[in-house]
Amino acid sequence: MRRVLGSLLTVVISFCLVAGFSPVPTAKAENIKVGAILAVTGGASFLGGPEARTLEMMVEEINANGGVNGNKLELIIKDSGGNPEKAISFAKQLIEEDKVFAIIGPSTSGETMKIKNIAEEAQMILLSCAAAEVIVNPVAKYVFKTPQKDSDAVKKIYGTMKDLGISKIAVLTGNTGFGNAGKGQLENIAPEFGIEILASEVYDKQATDLSAIVAKLMANKDIQAVVNWSIVPAQGILAKNMRQAGWDVPLFQSHGFGNIKYVEAGGAAAEGIIFPAGRLLVAYSLPDDNPQKTLLVKYKVDYETKYPEDKVSTFGGHAYDALTILVAGIEQAGLDKEKVRDAIENLKELPGTAGIFNFSPEDHNGLDINSFEMLTVKDGKFAIYSK
Amino acid sequence: MTPELFIQYLFAGITYGIIYAIVAIGFNIIYNTTGIINFAQGEFVMLGGMIAITMNAFMPMTLAIMVAVLITMVVGALIEMVFIRWLESPSVLRMIIITIGISILAREVALHIWGESVRALPYFIGNEVTSVSILGARISPQVLWVIGVCSLMVAGLSLFFKFTSLGREMRACAANRRAATLCGINTKNMVTLSFVLSAGIGAVAGCVMSPITYSDYSMGPNLAIKGFTVAILGGLGNSLAAVAAGLLLGIIEAFSVSVLPLAFQDAIATAILLLILFIRPHGLFGSSEAASLKEF
Amino acid sequence: MDLLKRYIPVLFLLGLVIGIQLMTHFTGTGYYLTQLTMSAYYSVVVIGLCVLMGYGGQISLGHAGFFAIGGYLAGALTTHNLMPFKDYGLITFLDRTGMLVASKDLYGGDLLTVEPWAACITAVLAAGIIAFTIGGPVLKLKGHYLAMATLGFGIIIYRIGLATQYFGEADGISEVPGFKLLPGIEVSGSFGARVLNYYIAWAVVIVAVILLLNLIHSRVGRALRSIHGAEEAANAMGVNTSRYKLYIFVLSAVFAALAGVLVTHYNGGIGPSEAGVMKSVRYVAIVAVGGMANIWGALIMGIVLNFLSLRGVFGSYDDAVFGIILIVIMLFAPQGILKINPWQQVKSFFSVLAAERGEDTADS
Repeated sequence: MRRVLGSLLTVVISFCLVAGFSPVPTAKAENIKVGAILAVTGGASFLGGPEARTLEMMVEEINANGGVNGNKLELIIKDSGGNPEKAISFAKQLIEEDKVFAIIGPSTSGETMKIKNIAEEAQMILLSCAAAEVIVNPVAKYVFKTPQKDSDAVKKIYGTMKDLGISKIAVLTGNTGFGNAGKGQLENIAPEFGIEILASEVYDKQATDLSAIVAKLMANKDIQAVVNWSIVPAQGILAKNMRQAGWDVPLFQSHGFGNIKYVEAGGAAAEGIIFPAGRLLVAYSLPDDNPQKTLLVKYKVDYETKYPEDKVSTFGGHAYDALTILVAGIEQAGLDKEKVRDAIENLKELPGTAGIFNFSPEDHNGLDINSFEMLTVKDGKFAIYSK
Repeated sequence: MTPELFIQYLFAGITYGIIYAIVAIGFNIIYNTTGIINFAQGEFVMLGGMIAITMNAFMPMTLAIMVAVLITMVVGALIEMVFIRWLESPSVLRMIIITIGISILAREVALHIWGESVRALPYFIGNEVTSVSILGARISPQVLWVIGVCSLMVAGLSLFFKFTSLGREMRACAANRRAATLCGINTKNMVTLSFVLSAGIGAVAGCVMSPITYSDYSMGPNLAIKGFTVAILGGLGNSLAAVAAGLLLGIIEAFSVSVLPLAFQDAIATAILLLILFIRPHGLFGSSEAASLKEF
Repeated sequence: MDLLKRYIPVLFLLGLVIGIQLMTHFTGTGYYLTQLTMSAYYSVVVIGLCVLMGYGGQISLGHAGFFAIGGYLAGALTTHNLMPFKDYGLITFLDRTGMLVASKDLYGGDLLTVEPWAACITAVLAAGIIAFTIGGPVLKLKGHYLAMATLGFGIIIYRIGLATQYFGEADGISEVPGFKLLPGIEVSGSFGARVLNYYIAWAVVIVAVILLLNLIHSRVGRALRSIHGAEEAANAMGVNTSRYKLYIFVLSAVFAALAGVLVTHYNGGIGPSEAGVMKSVRYVAIVAVGGMANIWGALIMGIVLNFLSLRGVFGSYDDAVFGIILIVIMLFAPQGILKINPWQQVKSFFSVLAAERGEDTADS
């Protein structure tokens, strides 16, 4: 029994130590604390990794230039590993303990949906980097998201298909939140464009070979094009398996393809893939009068200079937009949370990496179908698609 | 089903299957000398691929692969010497937990070295779109590389165990450790050697499959689970049976897409694993008496 | 005396729970209670698993699966709207018997969902029945085979969660309502209900601990220890080992499922990662660190490690920390770190001192 008491004593002491060493919220008036809940490790790390790096880079630069309205930013990144229960714990921690000004993230839709109500209850501005439309539909007062709408991406793809005279397609999706949401939109919007989905398959997010399913789909001669909707490496694998099998129908990907690394991994097989994406990936080929161009080129150059190992991607861009929006809000409204929220809700014509943001009380995403450009892969590089 | 489709499925199945078989053989080599299931076996495959990709930036690919395999073998030896060698008859439970810990650690180290993004070795012959025509089906030459290299490894290993004195000593160690010690065999070194060997074959598999499947830090556990299923299916410790079982599982998985939704493909291995554990834990090809003699 | 000895630590724990709450209240650090509440629920899984591993000698790499069965069923039942089906016979019947509850959603729509109590009982029962069904064949296995079979079970649950629309696929279930245990007492994550929920969670832990303490000091406990010691001998003595193993397996599964139900209501949601292999491995890691047959050790480690992890203390090294813990503990202290006991050391130090003094007095 004494042993047990002894152990309990140990635990008391360790708790006191933890409590003692934990960062006690210090109220420095000049610092604006920005929390970020990102999946830096774990299954969604290809989202959270670039997002975290982008935020670190931006905050460094903003502070070097004197901060926002003279206030320095203080970034607190929490790695959720893609686990919703951690995202919940971190959200509460950031709100109550660190008393942050706003939260950026989480990276995945599942996590965002778990903390949507928490942010709403605590009246905390949440700028999600996740794609699913349920995040902003129905609109929650304090919740915004920066990636473009899935439905717009689908419309863009179907529109291009119509131009090409394609009406019978196969759909492949990854079993991530992104894939599920895309699958739903693809199925919902198909009739509107007179498109018929002949086959729909879901693969595991860690799939390493899709040649068997490609063989099966290829045997169906009616299929005129394939749409693949995922954010995982299997996007490149599918392209390889299709081209190796000699199946040369057009391959459409989602805006999850927006990372040049997938093109590199796909090599020659990635040539000719058509997909909708923000203009970040073709920053240099934009006309000079494009309002996004300066910002896009700057982000690309800055990111790739700071992280020479990595290439700029639209995923990191979502975090870039989130912080840009927040900073724009603070610049307009000062340090009053409510006023900043109102300011964000009324931001118009704000260029970001994903497009031009036009928020309104009904629209907490602020992007429309014009934020997408149809791109293709040409000589191992992204290029603007033309028929 | 058209013959072309049949061949296409068959080759897809053989490709998965032979990779599973290599992982299973890795399990078996260590299991035979130590009675341990090394849950970190999948990480050897990952390390092989990742190191080769990094090395490939500095040297020709053949050399890069050889260096990667060597480094992985050294890692295998280190793991054995640091974590396992000095334990006096550890319980199975303890070894399961330790090797799981090693697997997690290897994965996290890889994440912090290489980051989260996927990489791939270039194709050995041709590129991503090259394919050869076999009986009307079109197969990537890399698939033939995987099948060829893995078959060679299996053949090489069985020759090694049958005809070299080192191989015979390892088998003696597997059959009866104490008796082997009494015959003057340094069983501890045999255990180290078994880790080196299984790290080596894992790394080779990791290199040849990398162009097809890509490599990333988290590829290990999935492979390990498939490999373990195959090892059990064939009967733990029986490497030739593992090849047969591996091909069987791979082919079942490939053909399953013609009747089941793709989403269930990964559940098949788990279902087979549970089924075989409940019905024939000594494996399809093993005998129950031999299995009951083994300690587990 | 024996009973007193057994329950003094429980009283001490109770005092500690109240003490910590008061301390956070007076220092204005109430936010610690959020993670302490979550850790408490996770510890219920851990102590159940501890009895299975330590006293039953059976490893399980699938306990996150049972947790997920509880959480997912409770979450899905209390969240999915049954309004469109309200004319079906079964639904009408359930509604009449008071198993369903009507409410309004945030936007004024009518909701008809399963009453949380009914959902909780369904979920826990389901976990118990599943454990009972698979327990038969699984527990016949030993060593690696047992580890792999339980791992396989966990993977299947994970896959079901990830592939089923009803369970929200990769996004999991969100907007799960609170769980009214009694009028005025509700398990929910809202900021106002934090202190109450802290006490609810710890009440659950204390009840669970008392149950398990009684269990291991009962006939069942003695039988279990005999299984761990030497199963064949116990069998020969007429102890029905397989029945006891199954009993404890089902019990630990029920504990895990109950924790899953409560965490899901507290968090307002659940995602597939709760069923993942890594989660199961974590539970095993915590039991290993606490000491296999040591409920108190498992409880303390369950609280400390979960608390630190949920606060993000380990940053992006969270999994790595658990990996290192597993290796180090199993290499150097397979009985758990709390067996290396500072109290014991101090005591033995003093007893040596006392013995020396005794010799001194004898000399003079």
